[in-house]
Amino acid sequence: MDSYVGTGDEWTVAGRKFASRLVVGTGKYKDLPTTAAAIEASGAEMVTVAVRRVNLSDRNAPMLQDYVSPQRYTYLPNTAGCFTADEAVRTLRLAREAGGWNLVKLEVLGPAPTLYPDMPATFEAAKALIKDGFEVMVYCSDDPIAAKRLEEMGCVAIMPLGAPIGSGLGVQNPLMIQMIIEQAKVPVLVDAGVGTAYDATFAMELGCAAVLVNSAIAMADDPVLMARAMKAGVEAGRLAFRAGRIPRRGFASASSPMTGLIH
Amino acid sequence: MSVTSEATRITVNGEPLAVAPGMSVAGLIAQLGLDTRKMAVERNLEIVPRSTYADVRLTPGDALEIVHFIGGG
Repeated sequence: MDSYVGTGDEWTVAGRKFASRLVVGTGKYKDLPTTAAAIEASGAEMVTVAVRRVNLSDRNAPMLQDYVSPQRYTYLPNTAGCFTADEAVRTLRLAREAGGWNLVKLEVLGPAPTLYPDMPATFEAAKALIKDGFEVMVYCSDDPIAAKRLEEMGCVAIMPLGAPIGSGLGVQNPLMIQMIIEQAKVPVLVDAGVGTAYDATFAMELGCAAVLVNSAIAMADDPVLMARAMKAGVEAGRLAFRAGRIPRRGFASASSPMTGLIH
Repeated sequence: MSVTSEATRITVNGEPLAVAPGMSVAGLIAQLGLDTRKMAVERNLEIVPRSTYADVRLTPGDALEIVHFIGGG
């Protein structure tokens, strides 16, 4: 987090300010100490979490909150595993009671092998959640019309997929992500599909407010090292976006002056 | 056999459980030895607010879900 301090380049979602533009998931890690170390290395301030039944048979099982403090990190409860709008709403009502806040990540997925966002169910759930007072960051398809509609409904962040969840294929449709960004008045995050650091850089260069990464860090051979790489990648992409890249052109342009050559 | 001495049969997270008659949600949580930080209870599809755990009495056939946060993406 330190390297962000003083840059004055925070992003805001639902009135909350964040210096780190990397949001990380807490799933798929081999154990909780690794989860904690990787999240620390990522510099993230917001982490996604899942809502599940308490294990009644093993009450001494280690708990996420003992490793990833809800006082230090903003927990963003998700609806992973929900395949209908009703399940998503029920899950997030429980999350709100458990966590005591309204900011949530809505994801309603279709079946494997795509796990692609189920947009009709997503719309239905978003409507019910917003009516119920939730601040909804919504995982969605990279469809500019759907994204605009979700924003108009009152979603506080639009989170199109870069590629299928856990695929590590990077941003497959940059044109649509860019269109979504250009028309949005709320933060746009690429959620899902990041495989390695340059995918996060690329998403940030497109102008995303932030990037959400889970599998690419958690499943890397060295999650802590990859978390550092993602942090650097997100920062590089953000700086490049702000700096303004040179136009692409189909011919060479010499870097050294052609005047003052010796004869 | 008096009605009041009979155990109250409920389900918690899908598992059948017999508890003392008149037990509250707070009593159940204590009996299960659960850590109440960042936990939520749903009873028959309704959220039980944390502030009411001591007041809500379990009745036969109640279906409870007790959840917390775990790692997820």
